[in-house]
Amino acid sequence: MIGTILQTSFRSLRRDRGAFVMSFILPIGFFTIFGFVFGSMRGSSTPRVSVLVVDEDHSDASKSLVRGLLREPSLDAMTHPRATKENPAPADYTAATAEAAVRSGDAPAALIIPAGFGAHPIAFGPQSAQQAKFRILHDSSDPVAAQVVAGMLEKTVMISMPATMAAVGSQYFDREIGGLTPKQRQQMDQGLAALRKRQDQNDAQSAGTGPSAASPAADSGGMIAVDIQDVVGEKKKSPMISYYAAGVGVMFLLFTASAAGGTLLDESESGALDRVLSARVTMTTLLVGKLTYSALLAFAQLTIMFLWAALVFHLDFFTHIPGFLVMTAITSFAVASFGMLLASVTRTRAQLGAFSTLIILTMSALGGSMFPKFLMSDAMLRVGYFTFNSWAISGYQKIFWRDEPISSLGPEIAVLVGSGVVLFVVARWFARKWEYV
Amino acid sequence: MLGSLLSLASRMSGDPTNPVPLRVDAVAKRFGAVTAVDGVSFEIAAGACFGLLGPNGAGKSTLIRSIVGRVRLDSGSISIFAHPVGSSAARADLGWVPQELAVYPLLTCRENLQAFGKYQGLRGKVLGDAIAWCLEWAALADRAGSPVKTLSGGMKRRLNMAAGLIHRPRLVLLDEPTVGVDPQSRNRIFEMVEALRSDGTTIIYTTHYMEEAERLCDWIAIIDHGQIIAQGTKEALVAQSFGSRSSVTMHVGATRVDLAAWAAARGGTAQDSVVLCSVEKPAEIAGLLEAASGDGLDVLDVTLQRPNLESVFLHLTGKELRA
Repeated sequence: MIGTILQTSFRSLRRDRGAFVMSFILPIGFFTIFGFVFGSMRGSSTPRVSVLVVDEDHSDASKSLVRGLLREPSLDAMTHPRATKENPAPADYTAATAEAAVRSGDAPAALIIPAGFGAHPIAFGPQSAQQAKFRILHDSSDPVAAQVVAGMLEKTVMISMPATMAAVGSQYFDREIGGLTPKQRQQMDQGLAALRKRQDQNDAQSAGTGPSAASPAADSGGMIAVDIQDVVGEKKKSPMISYYAAGVGVMFLLFTASAAGGTLLDESESGALDRVLSARVTMTTLLVGKLTYSALLAFAQLTIMFLWAALVFHLDFFTHIPGFLVMTAITSFAVASFGMLLASVTRTRAQLGAFSTLIILTMSALGGSMFPKFLMSDAMLRVGYFTFNSWAISGYQKIFWRDEPISSLGPEIAVLVGSGVVLFVVARWFARKWEYV
Repeated sequence: MLGSLLSLASRMSGDPTNPVPLRVDAVAKRFGAVTAVDGVSFEIAAGACFGLLGPNGAGKSTLIRSIVGRVRLDSGSISIFAHPVGSSAARADLGWVPQELAVYPLLTCRENLQAFGKYQGLRGKVLGDAIAWCLEWAALADRAGSPVKTLSGGMKRRLNMAAGLIHRPRLVLLDEPTVGVDPQSRNRIFEMVEALRSDGTTIIYTTHYMEEAERLCDWIAIIDHGQIIAQGTKEALVAQSFGSRSSVTMHVGATRVDLAAWAAARGGTAQDSVVLCSVEKPAEIAGLLEAASGDGLDVLDVTLQRPNLESVFLHLTGKELRA
């Protein structure tokens, strides 16, 4: 008896291709995509923290430190913006331009090497009043970046400036122990000269060969003074709320849009679609109607999500309504078009379920809906640009986190509206299958 | 009567003031190597109830979908009140009641009628009046606010019909409207169809129930292998197939005799253990029984029947209508 039950169950499963795909092919497909994306994360693909470096000291020591930071593998350090056709030789960052770049989201942190650093680079024991403080200008929506930059700064100071370390150590020794004999002083100076020469050779080599392998970080115990300042969202309570409201919201919007598009399949199966199309309704009119319904549903969902965030997590919603309306309108449109496309390329509800689950979960993982973008590698971030999630999150962050004006949403509007239009046109093309036999 | 009506329609077909409700002219549709509809032509007179019968796979559904404008024809043409099928005017004049329950299950009866009325371009008071008429016609006024999923099978069928007639078309295509309903609901549907006829609506009616066609239709066409193989009034079809003869149905026990050949030798047919013959007079049955006995056939029972539509269908297609 149980054998018969098993037999009929397995036969039914085998013949329901949608369920079959969901059970076996879908997990394998999803795993394979993630395997390709995360499995290749080695070496240069490891997530690196972007940091803008400003040298206000221009001493040998500061230049040496900058070179050390540039070759630090865990940092993506830049002293100036990337060259473009319009600006092939961009000027180095200043404290002001670096801060502006952090505010606009170009990098999560900027490191300012202060004037006077060369004169008093490090301190053993309590920091002296003469010692200039490094400043890290930080976007607190990336809680990792500032800590990584501070840690890497101490490490770089230790390993990239051996001559400076030795000289300051010698001064410390002189001050605390009573000084060296003339012969010891002479030997010390010779040693320091050799050390400086080797340091210069290392710098010259690294300039030609790129980043060196990471050395173990020294336990410096506060030899440098660092002041970390939030320059974005310093008055905001919850840096990641707008991120997750958008990220989670868009992921579920995609599922909702897929289900809304699926009503076309239901109506096709029930015969209602034939009846509607035999009345005075064209396929284009029908699809536009379904798209509008789906977009309005998505708009309502996102609105409720953000209102909830305002109510429970104190998101500053009511001072950002115009930007919210723009982002929500374009996101809803793009997502609704995507739902129409999914429904029009599939033939049954089961196919739609399997296909949309695979695509939506993949898009959400790569686009930042499942975990924050600052944990992603550069390669993943680049792939994320092909997802709605990434562009929607970017736009909402501009509005709610960076307080940027609506005019800054140009790229998001272009991408989401453009892709929405393209997807709808493709969906209409596939929908010809419902028009005539 | 109907013959003269159709003849009149045919004569009037060139009259722009009184166009034929439906003209199907040499329509053909192929799906790959299969020819579903093979050069079908017919016309329907105004006010007629035209029964379209055919076994499964005969091309009936493709022909119906062609009339509704949901098929790209390979050749031929279809016009509804002189307007090409698929045009706005043709859509306005045609009401289609599909075989499936093509309504929104979560909406109420009134909401469904409202939606389909709007799809047909009705608005305001016209729509309101149309909904009221439909609810009354379908005897659903007391369930107007009930979601479809809470209705009985018969009620759903009636709503399905009402949704196809919300715009009061002059030509109505009813595709098996009584499938799966109880006898009481079927009678109610017959009354609805008869009410339409009395209003002068032209009807195309497909069914697998011969008694429905006999009761409702005054002109019947039988389609098989994509072609109309016979059409006319019920009486004319019977006369064409059997003349004044009556049919004799004999059930025989297991035998080694080639029943088909035995029946053919007597102008009849055989299927499985059933032999179908015809006789001019009832007394001729005795001769048949004698021959059967002489040839070693074990006759289990014999039925003498005046031929009806079922007999005609079986005679022409070799299949039971509901097979």
